[in-house]
Order: sequence, then structure tokens, then C-alpha cells
Amino acid sequence: MTHDCVIVGAGPAGMAAASLLARHGADVVVLDEQPAPGGQIWRGIEAADAGLRAVLGGEYAAGAAAVAEFRASGASYRPGQSVWNITPELDVWTTPADGAGHLRGRTVLLAVGAMERPVPIPGWTLPGAMGAGGVQILLKSANLLPQGLVLAGQGPLLYQLATQCIAAGAPPAAILDAARPADVWPALRLLRPAALPYLHKGLLLQGTIRAAGIPWYRGVTRLRLLGGDAVAGVRFHSGGQDTEIAANLVALHDGVIPAQHAARVAGCTHRWDAAQACFHPVLDAWGSATVPGLLVAGDAGGIGGAAAAVHQGRIAAADILRRLGRLDEAGRDRLAAADRRALARHLAIRPFLDRRYRPIALVPDDSVTVCRCEEVTAADLRAAVAMGCQGPNQAKSFTRAGMGPCQGRMCGTTVTTVLAAALGRPPGDVGHARVRPPLKPITVGELAEAT
Amino acid sequence: MFSRRDDPRAICRFIFEGQPLEAKAGDSVAAALLAAGITQFRTTPATGAPRGPWCLMGVCFDCLVDIDGQANRQACQVTVAEGMAVRRMYGPRP
Amino acid sequence: MAAYDLIVIGGGLVGGAIAWGAARLGASVALLDEGDVAHRAARGNFGLVWVQTKGAGMPPYAHWTRRSAELWPELQHAMTERTGVDVALRQPGGLMFCLSDEELESRAEQARRMHNESGGIGTRVLDRAEVRALVPMVGDRVVGATFCPLDGHANPLKLLRALHHALAGAGGAYLPNRTVTAITPQAPGFVVQAGGERLTGAKLVIAAGLGSRDLAPMVGLAMPVSPLRGQIVVTERLRPFLDHATHVIRQTEEGGVMMGDSHEEVGFDNGTLVPVLRDIAARNLAVFPHLRDASVVRVWGALRVMTPDGHPIYQQSERHPGAFAATCHSGVTLAGAHALALAPAILAGALPESLAPFSAARFHVQPA
Repeated sequence: MTHDCVIVGAGPAGMAAASLLARHGADVVVLDEQPAPGGQIWRGIEAADAGLRAVLGGEYAAGAAAVAEFRASGASYRPGQSVWNITPELDVWTTPADGAGHLRGRTVLLAVGAMERPVPIPGWTLPGAMGAGGVQILLKSANLLPQGLVLAGQGPLLYQLATQCIAAGAPPAAILDAARPADVWPALRLLRPAALPYLHKGLLLQGTIRAAGIPWYRGVTRLRLLGGDAVAGVRFHSGGQDTEIAANLVALHDGVIPAQHAARVAGCTHRWDAAQACFHPVLDAWGSATVPGLLVAGDAGGIGGAAAAVHQGRIAAADILRRLGRLDEAGRDRLAAADRRALARHLAIRPFLDRRYRPIALVPDDSVTVCRCEEVTAADLRAAVAMGCQGPNQAKSFTRAGMGPCQGRMCGTTVTTVLAAALGRPPGDVGHARVRPPLKPITVGELAEAT
Repeated sequence: MFSRRDDPRAICRFIFEGQPLEAKAGDSVAAALLAAGITQFRTTPATGAPRGPWCLMGVCFDCLVDIDGQANRQACQVTVAEGMAVRRMYGPRP
Repeated sequence: MAAYDLIVIGGGLVGGAIAWGAARLGASVALLDEGDVAHRAARGNFGLVWVQTKGAGMPPYAHWTRRSAELWPELQHAMTERTGVDVALRQPGGLMFCLSDEELESRAEQARRMHNESGGIGTRVLDRAEVRALVPMVGDRVVGATFCPLDGHANPLKLLRALHHALAGAGGAYLPNRTVTAITPQAPGFVVQAGGERLTGAKLVIAAGLGSRDLAPMVGLAMPVSPLRGQIVVTERLRPFLDHATHVIRQTEEGGVMMGDSHEEVGFDNGTLVPVLRDIAARNLAVFPHLRDASVVRVWGALRVMTPDGHPIYQQSERHPGAFAATCHSGVTLAGAHALALAPAILAGALPESLAPFSAARFHVQPA
């Protein structure tokens, strides 16, 4: 069955787009993996009590209105559905199959958000090591408070999680802050006036952490997790000395990157964004990718944060309404004008953040596992290069990096940066391994019955 | 490792490695196990290395467990249910 | 003066095997390859060392295949010894499962025909109980199978890696990012323009897969190859249940299960189509019902390099001796013969009489 628009993802961008499209009478289907709307940023928002909303802060609480508007919009919302394939003809295949077979969209909007940038450091595969975003999801969705948590790495989410834990009465044991002190001044030069509210918010978070008296190590380098069968401690260098602390729960963070596999499997052209040190799909001002009829909005198109994603979703929706013949160009431009202004405001902080929190673990040491599924180390990749391997596709053949169940999500970007460094070429030149279906594993039985 | 905020949700009882455990209704299996202090969910098929959940959002596939006899389910993507039987995965599935 | 004794164009399994086979005999060899993105049939290969049905209707191909299967253990041994890479050769015999009596009868008839054409290879017909005795997991819909003891399988990706590695170990040069734009025959030797570089060689092999079609005429050869897509479905790693080779499903040494064998004429599109994948999954579920809950982790389309009759081309140019054509769609099966029989012949400057039937002349309409 063909729909006006198939939206993948019910986070800020997907919900905003769906609400706007449905209000204009378009036939919209929203597919989402989670059992409830909100994406990762507003995960569990409908179930969260007042206490949890207070812990998580105003940005989180703001999701309630967006979810309510989406629920009331009339868009056809299908939770618990994973998309396993998107074709250039805009056929969207889901699992579990919902009986209707695959969907076809006149347009498809990918609003699949971001994922945490992998943090390949020694020991990051040990049980007890998690992404900071993962720990935050446990708080949002299951009321779980980490005890004795060590936060390590860098980026705004690290500070946000720390303050949320403090507010919930479970202050972290330590923060190992790997943001480079030398990046402060170059980053400050990129600040624009519109970014000041964000900067203010960041300073407040840092003030809260200081006031709580949490040990806060700065300029951390040589970060490694210790332990045999599980994390037992962390070793790092800071303030001119090596320090080791005991811990059995460590949240690592090194920023977020677009979830790129859905756009790649559909055949969208990507480019390397040097400022954000990640790939994102090539998009026009409306979010249109290089595959006709396919648009991308929100963090999946480049990291901008939840507030920006809402406006990107609405801007893409405005152009979808034009494509569907429900608006002319002038009408589209009018509809999107306020969102464009708001988007510019929300993106004003990005140059500062991208510079201040440049990734720390793009090119790990030889011994570090890069591909967690197939257990391929940085040394294995370098050995492939020494044998003449020119990029991630050949490296995948030679080392199995990216062949496991995560489909290369956890290693793809690192494979590119490791190879680029070894080959002495820019990451954009080296490229990313080709992404093939299924985007999420389906069983042989499901595939045998796909219609 | 984790404590639970006051949580009015109903108790949900499930089995892990033959032992009864309590979760809250609506927890993912991964959250329920972590709440019980369990971080190792499996060993890898490639080298037998221990693993537990990393992302909690369906990306990393490191939280794979056996649920009610079905191998390699993503614990972070499955909601725990009364009486559910969860087991660790050791190496490749049968 | 020629810088290399031999230039091999094409860094896939065919080119890699010939290049190493020549280098190990002491020749100075350059192996020219494209970059990270190439059609590279080797990357999509199923990994069979398959004798049972190869060369039906063309006995010389059947015999060449058998020779390769016999040479394979030597190739495997050399790879392990020289590179440390175990290419995971197993030759426990191969099965072709049949889901109906008609299918089994037709398979048995094919096997008889092969026997009569090109001699016995020990293929026999098994009933369900006999199949189960070999492979206990087969489902009830399997009525029987044909079994050939010479069949086997190997890991094509490891083989490619090992060949590149062994070539370097033998002093050969693997030269990536050398897309060939021109070949100029000299007398003697050849000048090859590749990736902005000029290379000279005394002899030349075109083993460039689908790229061979355009290169061959530059040295007076014809390689009328075209793409034939095959789609493959791969599962997560499972505990071992299938040691034997089969033509549509095999379990790799790592535990993953590969299923495939579609044949689609779709030009250079190496994408995938769900209806084809569905049929592959359904057919293999009928054979192995226990795979129902196994997760599919990857599917792909790859382009076979097909000649009009599906058989290989091996030929030396008459107009420009020293230039050779080598192409086939069985880069793994024939790797043993390519490395250990074809490469020495090329270095010696003459293909054996047994390879005469593989000349591309067979595709030309004879003048009246």
C-alpha cells in the first residue's frame, strides 16, 4: 500500500513532521522501534512521573507536549516496528511484519536520530562499560540510578548525565573529563551571540557538578578500563600523573553521530563532515537526500540536537507537502519561514561544541578492539592496509570488521578513521563500507515470508 | 550497581538462569538484569569474551540473551514479562 | 626493457592465484588492482570447491575442475605455510538436496550424464535416511540427495587475502588504485597505463573480471563476459551443523550460514531484491527447518563474470604472443589449477593442449 509519507522514527523530528503533515491532511505512517513515542531524547516521557521529569530537566519535560501533539495528530503510528530495508523505490520493509506487507511511500522521511559515537579505548568491551547515553536511557525508561558511576570522556551529555544523577540523589563517583584544555580558546572564537543561551546552560551544568563536590579530573588522556571478566577500575593520566580508581560501572561518552545506516541502505550519497568528524547524508536545504523522494531530518542528517530536530522535521514536512501537491512553493516557504529562523538559533552553538569537544578516540592504539562483534583490532586493520587494502570494503573482506550483527554501526566510523590515518588520506576519500540489508536482523523465517 | 528510584509500577517476576528475579513492569530485559546487578549477558561467538549491554537502544547487539528458548534476542529491545525465562548466551547459538 | 616478467591485470581470485603462482616460481610479478570500490566478484563469492556438476556438456572443463580440486590441498598448505592464513579448505564431499522424487530422478540423470561424458567422480544417489546419516539436521521435505566425494569449500575472503599476502612474500608487487586505461603491445612485451603510471612487462594476463571485456581487444583477444547477478543471504554464527558443501547453502568455518544461487541478468546492478531473497530463504528452510529462528545479518548481490556458455576462457593472443586471457566464474574452485597449473604454463609461454578448448574462438561464428 502506498502512503503519502512513511516516516521512520518517532523522536523530535519524526513526530514534528508527522504532526504537521497530518494536520494538512496527508496520509502519514510513522514507524518506530520503541514501544512509545519520544525517541531516545524523550524516551519514556509519557510514563515519567513528576519526580523523574524534575530530575531529567526542562528539555526532557518539554517532550510531553510534542508527544501529545503527535498522538492527537491523526498520523498512523506503528510502535515496535524495526525497518530492515529501504529501497531506492521507497519500499520500506519492517519487522515484525504487520500483516500489511511492506509499505511504499510517495515520500520517505528518515528521522532516525543519532547514536553515541563509539569510544574505542582499551577495555571498552568489558561488561560494566556502557555508553553514557545508555545509562541515561536506564534512568529515563526504568528509573535506574547508577551507584558509584565513573563518567569518562567528554561532551555535553556527560555533564547533563552528571547533573541528572546529582538531582536524583546518586552523584557520580568521579568525572574523567577528556575534553582538551587547548581547545577552549579556539572554540570560544566560534561563539555567536545566538549561542549564548546554550553556553549559559552549559555553565550552569558545570556549576552544579562543582557545587556537588564530585572529583573532576581535567585534561584526561590515556584512558583505559581495567578488569578481566568485567570492569574493575579505570586508569588515566591527568594533572601530570597516572591515576587508577576502582569502579565497576563506567559510562563512556565521546559525543554523538548521525545514525547513517538507513540512509545508506537506501543508496543516499554521504559526505564526511570534518567539523563533526562523522559522515552524514548529502541534503539540500529542505532535507532532501540524493535518492528521489527521500528526506532526512533531525540528527540523522547531521548533529544539531533535539530542538533543532523539531524544526528540521517541520521544514522537511513543508517540502513534502509541496511534493504531494498540497502546497505551492510560496506556501511551503511561508510555512517554513519561522522554523528556519528558529533552526538558525538552535544551530548557532554547534561550531563551538564541535570544536570544543573534538572526538578523543578516532584513531585507537593497536591493541584496541574496533569491531566489537567480530573482535577486530586497530592492528588488524593496519595490517590490512600494509597488504595494500585501500578502504573499508576490502578491509571488511580481509578482517571481518563490520560483518557482525550490529551491521558495522559500532565500528564503521572508526574503521574509516583508522584506515584514513594509516593510508594518509582524508576520511571522506576513504569512505564507509557499503551498507546492505537487513538494517536490523530478521530471522530466516521472516525473510522466507516477506511479502 | 544500580538502585531504583521510587517506582509505583507493578512488580514483574521472571527467571534468570533458573533463579527467580524481580523487575518492574515495563522494564526492558536489559534494565531488569542490570537492576539485579547482572552485567555479563553473554560470551562472544568469535573468542568467548564476556559482554554486557553498551547502548541500551538497539544499536550495539552486545546485550544478546536467550529469552524463552529464543536465542540472541536483544535484551534492551524486549519488555520483560511475568514468568519469562532468560538465559545467558555462550558463544554461537545452536 | 620490461620491468616485470609478468603483469596481471585484476586483483581478484583469478588474478591473485595466477600472480602468486608465477611469483612463487621466481618471476617478478605486478598485480594491478582497482581501489576499495570495484565489482570484485571475489568479495561476493560463495566459496565452493565444486566438482559435482561443473563442466556438464564440456568434458575438458569437468577435467580441469577435477584437477583443481586435486591441487587445492597443495594450495591450502602453501597459503598456511607462507602466510599463516588458514583458508579453511574442507573437502568432505558435496550434497545436492532434492525436495521431490522428480527432482531427485532428474539430478540422478544429470549425474549419469556427467559420468558418461567425462568419467566417474563417485557421485551417488542417497535416500533420505542416508542423507540424515551425513547431515542429521535435514528436514522431512528432503527426499534425497546426490553426493559427490570430491566436492568441498573454502573461505573466499581468506583465500583472496592469503593470495595477496603470499604474493608479497614471494617478492611480487600488489599495486592498488591502478585502473588500467591502455595497453600497448611492444615487440617484445607490453606497456600498461594504469592509475597515471606506466608499467612494462614481458608477459601480460588479463584477469580483470567484468573489466576484461574492454581490455582484451587492446592485445588482440576477445573476452565476451557479462554480469550475472547472484544474491546471497548470510546468518549470524551458529554452532556447526553442516560440514559438507552444497551448491546452495554452506556453513562457514566461523559458523555463519550462507545461502544463495540466484541467477539474474540485471546488468551491473549488484543490489538485492526481497522476492529473490525470500525464495532463497524459503528453499533453504525446507531443507533445514531449524534455521527458522536464526537471524539474517547480511544479504548482498554480487556479479558473476559469465561467458556466453558459462565456461572459462583461457587463451594466448595470436597477434600479440605473451598476452593471455583468463576468466571464469568459479574463482575458488579453480584457484588450485590457476595457481599451480595455469601460472607455470603462462610463464613458460604456452598453454597446454588440454586448455585449447577454452579459447574464446568457440564463440565466433565461423566464416562460411
